[in-house]
Amino acid sequence: MTAPVRVPLPQDLGRHFPGDALVRLEGVTKTFPARRGAAPFTALDGIDLAVRRGSVLGVIGRSGAGKSTLIRLVNGLERPTGGRVIVGEAEISRLPEAELRRERRGIGMIFQHFNLLSARTAAGNVALPLEVAGYDRAAIRARVNELLDLVGLTAQRDRYPAELSGGQKQRVGIARALATSPKVLLSDEATSALDPETTRSILDLLARINRELGLTILLITHEMSVIRAISHEVAVLDQGRIAESGDVFEVFTRPQAAITRTFLDHETGRALPPVLAERLRAGQPGEGDSAVLRITFRGPHATDPVLAQLVRDAGIVACILSGTVDEIAGKPFGTLVVSVDGHPEIVARTQGFLRERGLDAEFLGTLPADAWPAPRSETRHVA
Amino acid sequence: MSPEMLRLILQATGDTLTMVAIAAGLGTLFGLPLGVFLATSGRGELLAAPWLNRVLGTVVNATRSTPFIILVVAIIPFTRLIAGTSIGTAAACVPLTVAATPFIARLVEGAIREVDGGLVEAARAFGASPLQIVLKVLIPEALPGIVLGLTLAVVSLLGFSAMVGAVGGGGLGDLGIRYGYQRFMPEMMLAVVVVLIVLVQAVQTLGDRLARRLNKRLRHG
Ligand SMILES: Nc1ncnc2c1ncn2[C@@H]1O[C@H](COP(=O)(O)OP(=O)(O)O)[C@@H](O)[C@H]1O
Ligand SMILES: [Mg+2]
Repeated sequence: MTAPVRVPLPQDLGRHFPGDALVRLEGVTKTFPARRGAAPFTALDGIDLAVRRGSVLGVIGRSGAGKSTLIRLVNGLERPTGGRVIVGEAEISRLPEAELRRERRGIGMIFQHFNLLSARTAAGNVALPLEVAGYDRAAIRARVNELLDLVGLTAQRDRYPAELSGGQKQRVGIARALATSPKVLLSDEATSALDPETTRSILDLLARINRELGLTILLITHEMSVIRAISHEVAVLDQGRIAESGDVFEVFTRPQAAITRTFLDHETGRALPPVLAERLRAGQPGEGDSAVLRITFRGPHATDPVLAQLVRDAGIVACILSGTVDEIAGKPFGTLVVSVDGHPEIVARTQGFLRERGLDAEFLGTLPADAWPAPRSETRHVA
Repeated sequence: MSPEMLRLILQATGDTLTMVAIAAGLGTLFGLPLGVFLATSGRGELLAAPWLNRVLGTVVNATRSTPFIILVVAIIPFTRLIAGTSIGTAAACVPLTVAATPFIARLVEGAIREVDGGLVEAARAFGASPLQIVLKVLIPEALPGIVLGLTLAVVSLLGFSAMVGAVGGGGLGDLGIRYGYQRFMPEMMLAVVVVLIVLVQAVQTLGDRLARRLNKRLRHG
């Protein structure tokens, strides 16, 4: 017998080797029982989700989509009515309460409203999980100092939450969540109560913790910008089901589900300028109208001079209506919204031309002739 | 004011303070855990025991809705069992404690219910047991409210203690009735009222100050 050969595993092994998933939800369903006047409510329906060890997975969904319910299943604050929830070796969904408490020390959690004890200082709040876990005083002191240093709050250690800013409170929350050295951090809308600048700094801190401590993070949010800032993978939750999931760059640049597009539209670059959006009509263009297309430049094609090629090689004139170049998960990515002559043949040829070059050209709608002048292409009606 | 009157007033003030202190102390001893339990044992709550919660809640309500003077008379056998007698200052402590306990329990329950549920959620999330949550989260967070509740209870007990004169308990109320009313000494009545006012003011001021110091929700608390 020979020893098994160790082969380096591919980067995205999480999805192909679910064994390396630190958090796993398998066919998870959660139905809240009927209450007086209300029928039973299925908040989560057949959820399959895996968070790779060391990665950041963001779950995005509208209010009421079931995000909080989902994240609360992971540390057993809520029990599923069907399926399994596994964190590391433990099947959280089946553990009795006492064992669950011990497992929870390995699963940190931060909250939208911080949930700090008002009667304890920053240091006192961070110390609490350690007291609960039965550490001795000296160990608690040392660990608290270490954690406050990590989140940059050493100077504020003796302040009460009321004397801290929102961002500082969330830093205390993060330090508290990390106190018992968890392997997973759960974040329930941790930046939703913060201003954009503070959000940025908290997300940077989370990204740093992920990088430097190798902490696996499962976060939920209703903002694509949060996903984009720190997630490696994303799952889109809609009415208790996963509408779409995958690598962040893939999902951002090739959204499949309508709900994902809606979220992305709120991200800068995808939403049309109001002057255009007001004039855009659904449906196919007629004579004299123009067709509006969104070209997505991804990866190696992000810098191709395709509009020039379009004129030169196909004789089709495209007018630029709006455009951005951006970076997602460290990869360049651009969107260009253009109008072309609305003749069906021209539209089809434009899309074909771009597709051949590996670019997506999504038809967004029609600009009527009386609302916007259509670009004229010389090659009209020519084969 | 004669030295004799002064002696009587001092004696009565001492009796009142003793009765109130004992009743408030015992009332807190029983009422605090009872209040915590009432606040946390409803359906789906931390120490869920809905049935016991309902029973205790009913007992508390029944005690609280009985007028104090009727309570005093109604529990005379119980008072005799505990204190060995049903008259006098020591015996008066029994009905006072019986009245104070459910009152304090409800005030504590209210203060505990004021604590943000998010804190309990956070404590559960880092692995705290229900007992740890009660001791390390709920009671410390509710402390300013509990102190205000206890202040209110002490003030009420000062009033109640005046009534136990009716069953031979001593104290200021008794003095006021016996001398001020029955022997028609208005100056004694006035003195009793003034002492009670001063006591109530002092208790309220101390309680407010302590609650404010404990309340870290305000900046520079
Ligand atoms: N304890 C509960 N009992 C009944 N319904 C609940 C309960 N918790 C959540 N829900 C319902 O489940 C749905 C999802 O809730 P939640 O997970 O909080 O959504 P999100 O965090 O995405 O806004 C909502 O419609 C909510 O009303
Ligand atoms: Mg939520």
